Amino acid sequence: MTPDINFGFGLSKSSRINLDNADNEKFRELAAREPDILKCMACGSCAASCSAGNFTELNLRKIILMLTRGAEKETVRQLESCMFCGKCILVCPRGINTRHLIKSIREIYCRPCAEPETGNGI
Amino acid sequence: MDNNYNTIIIGAGPAGMEAAYRLSVFGIRTCLLEKEAETGGHLLKWDRIFPEGRKASEILGFMRKRIESGNITTITSARIDSIRKKAGNGYEAELATNEGKKTITADTILIACGFKLFNAAKKEEYGYGIYNRVITNADLENLFKTNSTGSIIGENRTPAVGFVHCVGSRDEKAGNRHCSKVCCATAVKQAMEIKEAYPQATVYCFYMDLRMFGRHYEDMYLEAQQKYGIRFIRGRVSEVSEDCNERIVAKAEDTLSGKPVKITLDMLVLMSGIACNPDSGKITGSLSIENDSDGFIKYADSIFGQVKGPGIFTAGTCTGPKTLPETINEAGEAAAVIYGYLKGNSNNF
Ligand SMILES: Cc1cc2nc3c(=O)[nH]c(=O)nc-3n(C[C@H](O)[C@H](O)[C@H](O)COP(=O)(O)OP(=O)(O)OC[C@H]3O[C@@H](n4cnc5c(N)ncnc54)[C@H](O)[C@@H]3O)c2cc1C
Ligand code: SF4
Ligand code: SF4
Ligand code: SF4
Repeated sequence: MTPDINFGFGLSKSSRINLDNADNEKFRELAAREPDILKCMACGSCAASCSAGNFTELNLRKIILMLTRGAEKETVRQLESCMFCGKCILVCPRGINTRHLIKSIREIYCRPCAEPETGNGI
Repeated sequence: MDNNYNTIIIGAGPAGMEAAYRLSVFGIRTCLLEKEAETGGHLLKWDRIFPEGRKASEILGFMRKRIESGNITTITSARIDSIRKKAGNGYEAELATNEGKKTITADTILIACGFKLFNAAKKEEYGYGIYNRVITNADLENLFKTNSTGSIIGENRTPAVGFVHCVGSRDEKAGNRHCSKVCCATAVKQAMEIKEAYPQATVYCFYMDLRMFGRHYEDMYLEAQQKYGIRFIRGRVSEVSEDCNERIVAKAEDTLSGKPVKITLDMLVLMSGIACNPDSGKITGSLSIENDSDGFIKYADSIFGQVKGPGIFTAGTCTGPKTLPETINEAGEAAAVIYGYLKGNSNNF
């Protein structure tokens, strides 16, 4: 019989962002393709006017922020709710072509889903 | 030469020098007193001046040329032993100078004794004076001037460098509630200069609010983001330690994501703020004018400025944080008011 060692406690994963790893290859690729991403000043206009933001977790300000911090996983998923309506472009005070940016983020960060790995089980 | 002047100017920083020049153009005879061995005030310590990055030494050279006038007697290394109102009109000061003791008199006094840079060692959690890689904005200006950032960063061509805004400003515990006004722009300027020197560097600014208020300052911010890729993190660095490689580990909250962040740095630059010059309290005390609770000299009028005493005037950062052009403007204005006063117009307040 194995003793019951699960007391219901466990170490939670650290939520801390380690900036030492922020400069990853994907972000560099994104910034090369969409240099305007560096101009974002986190004002939140895009998130405030987002058509999908009221109903889903989608928040472009946060997505951009998390990408610049090298923490992509949690946020890229949110982009699935984007309807590409482009309202965010209209309100961005820094003139960022946010819709184009979203497209590039999806292409660069969602590559495994766009091009599923082959060779397994076929 | 006799020791009677129209105006005694206390402090030969940018404010005192500019006022002396303006007054000399009006034919007003001034005695410009500087306690240090050289004129120039804090301008002596800076390398480049925001927003355009002009050389401080060039600006200072220009200002020094302008005070070479028969109407201006400049005394450096001057200690004011006493200053007081004379019986009747005017003021009298006793000085200790390199040429010995001296008594001078004047109809008016212009206080231009400037500010004192906040002592960053008071914020122990940042480790200034404890860790070699933690320096202040003033130290960095000096490293730029002497081309020696390598003395801190070493041979590393891909260093990580952090800037901490609001050190000793907006901080009740440090005794300074006020915003120092110039340090956001200084941080952004210095961050870009680091990227100029080390194009492969990663540079972070930890800010609470970014106060890029002046003309062209917002352009600096945009340039810092777009051209230099400087990363702005909204959150105050809370503590600093050293790792086993003697690099700096800084912790902060990234308040925009609500997450704690940690970073290892080759250099951490503290944006020490503009604090009041304790000398100003001694000077105002003997002239019966007041200082505010923040230590800076109190204005007689919140819109029109100047102080209460008849024949006593102020210019520059002794009345609160100001940029260089603001200081220069106020010095010109003070000269005009002094001229008016000497011609018989009262002080108004
Ligand atoms: C880190 C930093 C960077 C800055 N960079 C910029 C910049 O890039 N651009 C910009 O526009 N502004 C900048 N500033 C602001 C600029 O330095 C000030 O506006 C300017 O120095 C104010 O001039 P001042 O004459 O009022 O004071 P100060 O420069 O402090 O000069 C005061 C003078 O009075 C003398 N003095 C003091 N007490 C006495 C006494 N009892 N008797 C005789 N003499 C006395 C002092 O020795 C000093 O020479 C910066 C400030 C800081 C803190
Ligand atoms: S394009 Fe996407 S992110 Fe922008 S407002 Fe529309 S739904 Fe929101
Ligand atoms: S509106 Fe533009 S500047 Fe503001 S958070 Fe969105 S992308 Fe950034
Ligand atoms: S100018 Fe910026 S860094 Fe300086 S005290 Fe004000 S907010 Fe802080």
